[in-house]
Amino acid sequence: MLKYLLNRLFWMVPLLVGISLISFLIMHLAPGDITATEASFNPKTSEESRQKLRELYNLDKPVIVQYGLWLKRMSTLDFGHSFASHQSPVFWQETDKDGNVTKGMIQEALPITLLINVLSLSLIIAIALPLGVISALTQNKLPDRSITIFVFIGFAIPSFWLALMLMYWTGVSHNWLPISGLHSLGAEKLSSLAQILDTLKHLTLPILISGLTGLAGISLFVRNGMLDVLHQDYITTARAKGLPENTVVYKHALRNALLPLITIFGLSIPGLIGGSVIAESIFAIPGMGKLFYDAVLMRDFPVIMGILTIGSALTLVGNLLADLAYAWADPRVRKGVAQ
Amino acid sequence: MQQKPKTLKFLLTALFSTLLTTILIGCGQQKTEDAGYLNKTYPSEAGGTLVDALSGEPSGLIAMMAGESSASAIASNIFNSLLKYDKNLELTGELAQSWDVSSDQKTITFHLKPNLKWADGQPLTSEDVLFTWKTVTDDKTRSPYGADYKLVKSAEAPDSNTFKVTYAQPYAPALDSWSGLHILPKHLLKDQDINNTPFSRNPVGSHYYQLDQWKKGESLSLKRNPNTTQGQAKIDHLVSRIIPDRAAQFLELMADNIDSMSLNSIQYARIFPSRPDLTAKIAQYKELGNSYTYLGFNLKHRPFDDVRVRQAINYAIDKQEIIDGVLLGLGLPVASPYKPGTRWSNPKLQPYPYDPHKAIALLKEAGFEDHDHDGILDRDGQPLSFEILTNQNKEREMSAVLVQRRLKEIGIDVKIRVVEWATFISRFIKTGDFNVVLLGWGLGLEPDQFNIWHSSQQAPGQFNFIGYNNPKVDKLLEAGRLELNPDKRMKIYHEFSEILLEDSPVVYLFAGYGLPAIHKRVKGIDDPAPPAGIGHNSYEWYIPTPLRRNEMSAE
Amino acid sequence: MNAILKNPLALTGLIIIGIISIMAIFAPLIAPFDPDAINVKNILLPPSSSHLMGTDGLGRDVYSRMLFGARISLLVGIVAVGIATIIGIVLGAIAGFYRGWIDTIIMRLVDIMLSIPTFFLILAVIAFLTPSIWNIMIVIGLTSWMGVTRLVRAEFLSLRNREFVLASQTLGAKDSRLIFRQLLPNSLTPIIVSSVLGIASAVLVESGLSFLGLGVQAPQASWGNILTDGKEYIEFAWWLSLFPGLAILITVMGYNLLGEGLRDALDPRTSNNN
Repeated sequence: MLKYLLNRLFWMVPLLVGISLISFLIMHLAPGDITATEASFNPKTSEESRQKLRELYNLDKPVIVQYGLWLKRMSTLDFGHSFASHQSPVFWQETDKDGNVTKGMIQEALPITLLINVLSLSLIIAIALPLGVISALTQNKLPDRSITIFVFIGFAIPSFWLALMLMYWTGVSHNWLPISGLHSLGAEKLSSLAQILDTLKHLTLPILISGLTGLAGISLFVRNGMLDVLHQDYITTARAKGLPENTVVYKHALRNALLPLITIFGLSIPGLIGGSVIAESIFAIPGMGKLFYDAVLMRDFPVIMGILTIGSALTLVGNLLADLAYAWADPRVRKGVAQ
Repeated sequence: MQQKPKTLKFLLTALFSTLLTTILIGCGQQKTEDAGYLNKTYPSEAGGTLVDALSGEPSGLIAMMAGESSASAIASNIFNSLLKYDKNLELTGELAQSWDVSSDQKTITFHLKPNLKWADGQPLTSEDVLFTWKTVTDDKTRSPYGADYKLVKSAEAPDSNTFKVTYAQPYAPALDSWSGLHILPKHLLKDQDINNTPFSRNPVGSHYYQLDQWKKGESLSLKRNPNTTQGQAKIDHLVSRIIPDRAAQFLELMADNIDSMSLNSIQYARIFPSRPDLTAKIAQYKELGNSYTYLGFNLKHRPFDDVRVRQAINYAIDKQEIIDGVLLGLGLPVASPYKPGTRWSNPKLQPYPYDPHKAIALLKEAGFEDHDHDGILDRDGQPLSFEILTNQNKEREMSAVLVQRRLKEIGIDVKIRVVEWATFISRFIKTGDFNVVLLGWGLGLEPDQFNIWHSSQQAPGQFNFIGYNNPKVDKLLEAGRLELNPDKRMKIYHEFSEILLEDSPVVYLFAGYGLPAIHKRVKGIDDPAPPAGIGHNSYEWYIPTPLRRNEMSAE
Repeated sequence: MNAILKNPLALTGLIIIGIISIMAIFAPLIAPFDPDAINVKNILLPPSSSHLMGTDGLGRDVYSRMLFGARISLLVGIVAVGIATIIGIVLGAIAGFYRGWIDTIIMRLVDIMLSIPTFFLILAVIAFLTPSIWNIMIVIGLTSWMGVTRLVRAEFLSLRNREFVLASQTLGAKDSRLIFRQLLPNSLTPIIVSSVLGIASAVLVESGLSFLGLGVQAPQASWGNILTDGKEYIEFAWWLSLFPGLAILITVMGYNLLGEGLRDALDPRTSNNN
């Protein structure tokens, strides 16, 4: 087990370098840099001052030198400062000589995105599990078909269209839910319980939408996993032994069908960390997706690189944890991994 | 096993009906409430909160560093400049009480108003102005706006109320430039690195408002600054919510969660008139916009070096059709790069009328005819065909489509290419790798447009990227910069506009109106809008107590 | 084929895709108007007998634009998935057939690509290149080949030790013959399933990019950008968003139903029902 862990950790280093290289190269595919943003297209700005900006940011150096400088800083977890957003640190907070703390951009955006995605993942599981089991038990009959069609509608509907319609319906036609943002005006003067409630109200639609989109994947996964397991020998044996059907289904089959879900969660981590650009733009949520999108439009290289690298690194760690959890949960794998 | 399908049916029915209902919201009900109370007159009183929406978050609130429009929108409520434009777009003093121009026109002396104060109670003096000038011209300052101020040969603050600048030669745009520089407090910034100072997130200014709270990515709240010497604003709090998506902004406006936003023409001319519930509670305004949209030729490329070709294209484009189609009539044709109705705009000039026959005749004169009968004009075997390049902007894309159709009718083959802004600038504009662009320029209040039209301004990254070169225009632009007498300047720029129109290096398409919509609870707004727009007296706007929004918190 | 006909979901999917493809192919014959014909006097007309799906902000016929948009949207999906599938098959075949260090390198590359949030990658590249229809296809293709690679590799690994492969190998068959004549045909089913599902995702990605202004660019019509045009008038000019929204929904559904149905029908484990 330890050997396996070390081996996995060892492999993460070249993966990280590869990730950073890919993100760096993509960025330099492109024409345009920070000096080409909207603000600079103003007759009052001069080319000399823009050239000055480029020098200050090392943008005039060869690409390979820029990459070297960046890799060097990255190895000390220094992801630099945003070009566009007034020198905010990209990753984590910094304290200046006067004791003023400037929060890191990822530090502020990540928890919001994680919160939304963890909540929507929980919603997905809560709905997808029963749907998947029902589907498997009624294979190819009406309930199975209806569930399949329903989850596919959720997957296939363009999410921003559904989002806008729901915003109109629940926010304008009926005053049930707030339309966008995370907090109501003046919410900070409410009691903390009311504040949490207020935030949850704001998060209802975003979570609902991303939940609906993700339903198909998990419920079909559960369905197919269950079908798979239900045809295994040991289930037939259990049935033959005369165990009640409920015991067979819920105790033996479901447990085994759920194991591979752990891997699915591992794979959904990029989404958890990355968040949704579209949902965050529509609902005005300052999460990772919005941060990344703004950075792309502003050609804010340190932020783009920071998000791609940190996001990917966290994904690698998440995948590792998922694999370990899988190994821990499945005795077959647990014994196998040492080899 | 047996009862499964029942629960399932229930579940499915519930989920399906939710989905169906949402799909069918097109026929959702609209509540019309009695809104008569909104139209009553109320006495002016202080207090209340005005909520609006910003599409993007400012990167900081020092305008000379930030540059985005959202930053200047907020910062102009917090900071003062020496001068400002009044409701009729004439320069007047803001921090300055008065100013004198020396007889050689090289020195300007500003006399500050007495007893100016920063929001933290410290006195605001000419030392602060001098400090601001030094900062903006410092080579270490990462500001793109230093050029105007670097022309100042020397600046001094002989006493605490006087600020004096001397230029190497007379510089007519100088006064305008001092209306655009927010004065910063020396006592808070003197030991700071302006490029990276917490001050930009926690600014202290001298105007009506000061920053109350900045929730990253969510909202910026301002509160009244009791120490301002510009007069007290009526509304207590200004809150700007950051809502990137314009569709979401409009939903928030309809749901009464924001008080104002600027509409597009469809919202203004189609949606509002069809929704009495909206017009009952929201007032629509119309003000002169700050920019014009044009079709610009790359004059270094054939056949655009031929004035007849440019004029022909100008005649072939129906500007009124674009205004009607793209702006639903909410725009003006322009014939010079100046705001219609202001002194710099030459009232004698008329846009090229829509005249396809004249266009065809001019093209024939230039050698373009359909020799090979393929429907496209050609000259020396070369078809008259080019690409219009524009950036992602609905109005510009739609205008390009209309231009394309009109030009096709006289036998010009036009393709359209839409690219994202940063690519647009660096890949096409800076390299000069384009035929025709569809873009906009600001309708500035300062007539000097040296950077845009002077032949010396064609290097990559400079603004005369279309390559316009006319010695007569060069002379006028040079003279205009040296002339401080408003009447003489006016003559210079009227002549400049006339030559520009004749030369047709660009086709002026339109100047759109700004279309703010503001909830009727906000009173005191000038309607119709004066030349400076409705915002010029925003400090006099007020929200009567009975009309205030029920807030979660009592003030 | 029989398997598809027996599975009602797959059959529904196939019919949906068939109808929409026919409409796209014959768009010039079916469309009542020139999709780019502007009529400033007919702006934002609701659906009527002359304009089945109403008109848009420039007075263009939405129904005609939808038909031509179908071509673009489906083309984006099919070409993008084609690119991804080819890359996936090549890399997966190499990794699964030769194993060893080349397998390690390819699989680490897969790991790298899988750990970067895909939509971010697409977004960055599209924004940096210009968002033309070709760039969109290529970028979606280049960022979605990892699944196919894994699939093909796994199939190859398991097939490679089967008797019939071993037999041909002992008989002296060349690598290329083995790969193309024996291994690949036998791994076709999962590849087809994943391609069909991939088209569905690509159509959605295009509409998402359009929403962000980085999709197929005006004046060319795609379902994504017609839908985006309508988003500011979702309740006023509902026809501008309802029809493209439904079109995307139905098409993506169609591909999903077909894909899942195929998987179901062709998978020996899940198809032997009761």
